[in-house]
Amino acid sequence: MSIDRDEVRRIADLARLEIAGGDVDRMAKELSAVLDFVAALNELDLADCEPTSMVPAAASLRDDEPDGRRLTSEAALAAAPERERDFFLVPPVVENVNP
Amino acid sequence: MSANRWWGRPATTLAACVARGELSAEQAVESGWEAASTWEGDVHAVAHADATVRARAARTAPPGPLRGVPVIVKDNLCTAGDYPTTCGSRILAGYRAPYDATVIRRLRAAGAVLTAKGNMDEFAMGSSTEFSCYGPTRNPYDLTRVPGGSSGGPAAAVAYGLAPLGLGSDTGGSVRQPAAFCGVFGLKPTYGRLSRYGLVAFGSSLDQVGLFARHAGDVALLYSLLAGPDLRDATTRASPPPDVSAWDRGVKGLSFGWPENLWREGVEPEVVAALEEAAACLERAGARRVAFDFLPGTYAVATYYLVATAEASSNLARFDGVRYGPRAPSTDVWSLYVRSRSQGFGPEVKRRILLGTYALSAGYYDAFYLKAQRARTRIRREYQAAFGRCDFMLLPVAPTLAFRLGEKTTDPLAMYLSDIFTIGANLAGIPGLAVPLGLAGSGLPRAVQLVGPEDSEPTLLRAGRALEVRGEVARLGREHETEFPWPMKR
Amino acid sequence: MAHEAVIGLECHIQLATRSKMFCECPAEFGASPNSNVCPVCLGLPGALPVVNRAAIDAALQLGLVLGCTIREASVFARKNYFYPDMPKNYQITQYDRPLCEGGALPVRLCETARSFPLIRIHVEEDTGKSFHPERTGDRPVSRVDFNRAGVPLLELVTEPAFRQPEECGAFLAGLRRLARWLKISDGDMEKGHLRCDANVSLRPPGSASLGTKTEIKNLNSIKGVEKGLTAEIARQAAVLDAGGRIEQATLLYDADHDKLAVMRSKEYAHDYRYFPEPDLPQLTVDAAWVEEVRGRLPEPPWTREDRYVDHLGLPAYDAAILCETRERSDYFEAVVGAGTDAKRASNWVMTEVLRHVNARGLSEREAALRLPAKSLAVLIGATESGRITSASAKEVLEEVFEKGGDPEAVIAARGLVARSSPEELLPLVREVLAENPGPVAQFRGGKQATLGFLVGQVMKKSGGRAAPQVVQELLRAELGALR
Ligand SMILES: [Mg+2]
Ligand SMILES: [Zn+2]
Repeated sequence: MSIDRDEVRRIADLARLEIAGGDVDRMAKELSAVLDFVAALNELDLADCEPTSMVPAAASLRDDEPDGRRLTSEAALAAAPERERDFFLVPPVVENVNP
Repeated sequence: MSANRWWGRPATTLAACVARGELSAEQAVESGWEAASTWEGDVHAVAHADATVRARAARTAPPGPLRGVPVIVKDNLCTAGDYPTTCGSRILAGYRAPYDATVIRRLRAAGAVLTAKGNMDEFAMGSSTEFSCYGPTRNPYDLTRVPGGSSGGPAAAVAYGLAPLGLGSDTGGSVRQPAAFCGVFGLKPTYGRLSRYGLVAFGSSLDQVGLFARHAGDVALLYSLLAGPDLRDATTRASPPPDVSAWDRGVKGLSFGWPENLWREGVEPEVVAALEEAAACLERAGARRVAFDFLPGTYAVATYYLVATAEASSNLARFDGVRYGPRAPSTDVWSLYVRSRSQGFGPEVKRRILLGTYALSAGYYDAFYLKAQRARTRIRREYQAAFGRCDFMLLPVAPTLAFRLGEKTTDPLAMYLSDIFTIGANLAGIPGLAVPLGLAGSGLPRAVQLVGPEDSEPTLLRAGRALEVRGEVARLGREHETEFPWPMKR
Repeated sequence: MAHEAVIGLECHIQLATRSKMFCECPAEFGASPNSNVCPVCLGLPGALPVVNRAAIDAALQLGLVLGCTIREASVFARKNYFYPDMPKNYQITQYDRPLCEGGALPVRLCETARSFPLIRIHVEEDTGKSFHPERTGDRPVSRVDFNRAGVPLLELVTEPAFRQPEECGAFLAGLRRLARWLKISDGDMEKGHLRCDANVSLRPPGSASLGTKTEIKNLNSIKGVEKGLTAEIARQAAVLDAGGRIEQATLLYDADHDKLAVMRSKEYAHDYRYFPEPDLPQLTVDAAWVEEVRGRLPEPPWTREDRYVDHLGLPAYDAAILCETRERSDYFEAVVGAGTDAKRASNWVMTEVLRHVNARGLSEREAALRLPAKSLAVLIGATESGRITSASAKEVLEEVFEKGGDPEAVIAARGLVARSSPEELLPLVREVLAENPGPVAQFRGGKQATLGFLVGQVMKKSGGRAAPQVVQELLRAELGALR
């Protein structure tokens, strides 16, 4: 199993990361090495193994009671790199609606 | 050794002396900083500290079982109102959390004083504490060597005596491995026993807050104060945590697994020697050895590097320069994300985000992520079967003693393999305890790992304690409180 | 060329819980920006979600009323995509193991009962709100408010079962009515409590295959759904008729200008990298919970409508209006329960009560407080028995809706009991006959309808209090005597 340059660029886009031109090959090589290593899992017989997504626990649900640890808008915005009044500010979104 | 007579005392002793008025909370906290004046400049275990803040915290510490006891916590545990919380990453430079993690809240309520935030591999991704934006931490026993990671800062600080207690996080061995490299106890509790609320997530289904201490009894005390359900973490168990108060009861009647096939190759002789000595010691104390073969750790490492990176790729998506953290100048949102993240994350974090993104992406999910989740089930079953035959297993913590700085930074796979004996416990959600076993001939700390079934912390602590007091390893003596091995003379 | 449209809907219902889906922040609308936020819904490092039981309960109510299969162990999943109003850059939703599957929503369309099948209903969290494009100085920006982030949503996905935009409008209206009926959502489309996206493709009529579909977002009113779909069907038909091909795309409907804009074409398709949310254990809904919810479900509106037609003998039109809201239909039933004839109760509720509700801008709940169903029943009874006239009844309603008060007390205070003694009414009858020689002559000439006019004149003289039957008898007697 190996990852090529295009694949590195595709997943970097998905992850919103930029891999500098010279680093793409190195990254492709490193990731391919990890994937080769991971291929060891093919040696395991997993036929009767359901996937585990976590160690099971009883889901504790919360009562519908508001408040508790709400932040003031000042605290919410305290770390904002850019704000305007009580809003977070971001550069314009090119796509204009949520998927 | 420092002239300071409080330096290196167990937390239980310090707390008792503070409670009796023999010393003030401020003195208890500053006794550790006297040691730091000797060590910290070289070791660099601390990411954030502030004398005014800790003095105030000491003055105002409420009465409780840890009143006045200094604790160093990893830089990925949220603390409000005192220190930044930056996960060793530029992407959180200067970030101050507006809330306390649940374990921090419980620590403060017990009277503990947060004396510093410990250095770490960026976002807990690493096994050497070399991948921190603040630069590496060094092993206090040998400054040319790593302290292990990713919780290398707290481990090294507890080792040189900044504080008797430390908190780290263990996703694949990040508490146990640095504990072993630095010669202190390191406990990764059963998944769901310590709240993760306020622990900056790496691999959510694997992460557990872990404990550092120089003494088994201190680990037991800290565990009893921090474990238990938390309404803010739905993955904590609702039942009361196991009672660890019998940590000093001995190991008579217990059996321990001895999966010798795991260290027939690829493991340093000093590590094997430590295992042999520990096994002999446990047997002398009344425990029974059960030999069997166990699934090689390479499968666990392979599984781990898919599960942990997949979860991390999603957990780290929130670091985007919109709500907190530095923002790269940009004229549209796409470049805001790409630039802020590319400048903010270091190479190892990027590598893992890419791997995890790949493992989850369309067309690869079944072959990678899903397969890893199936392998995880298989690995859990292997442990369950083993614990049908013994009460706990004796394992190495890492295949080597502390390695040299830079030795593995250029070879990701080699670095990943240093977690080969610790990762299984995270995948299976079971506890693991790193127990220091004195120093090797090279002067580096040695250790063994005890791994047991869910909620076997009382058993692991009993065995850890047996090794602590009964060991015939050099300098592990009767007067363990003061004759515990210390870092090289300065 | 003729085309048949195939339409599927994806609706989001904002739940009216007190707190958010995964944190304790108030889920209210209209707070100042970024004030209903906490570490969880702001996506701060280290924060973890905990499921709000009330949101699951609401999903169970909707699922059970629609006949869905409830999954005992459902799973939350992360949907990964970057967007500035997504605090964590993933949404916690459900994916391959949703809480509810199957089921159908019955809808009455042009007097015909239809039922539109569903694929699934699942629980998820809402995003924040971004305002764009805006400017600060000369720089274009978006402003982001996270108050809405983490508010609970139900996502309901239908089978591609619709052929006409009107069917979609009726479905959405039916869904809104049901959500309000169950009191799980305020259903206010203007406030975004109910949002709708649609998938549309065209094919030759009768064909079983499916054409390339487009997705239209932002169909956020019932009119908007109908108009947006009509526009997109026309657009696709024109492309196909001109020999073109439909491109897979996401379109945005602008209701203000009735225009569709392409938002994203296929090459920007997302890869959401869904995987089970590791911060949340699987959601277990045991049989006891399901049965407990089933036990307190109200009778659904469509069942009520049928019952009104089949058992109470009401026209379908009446049944539909009475079942528009649960308050109204409960009110109507209480009036009937107090002994009023169903059709009579329906007439009064649909005309008199609704007239006051609309004219005074009352909610139906407030209206029911001002004029309890029992009181309306008494009033109707009094009118039917002739104890008061219908003119007096309207006067009573006017006062009760204006100032409140017990109708009996109003009748007594205003002296509205109908005057029905001949001794009292005869002088009025005689006066009217004397004052209206023309109509009297017409009546005598055989024009029976004139009697009604004369009755009206007597009623007027009595200030609306005279019992009309008695007046009529007296008039006939007097006119006969005069003959
Ligand atoms: Mg959705
Ligand atoms: Zn919140």
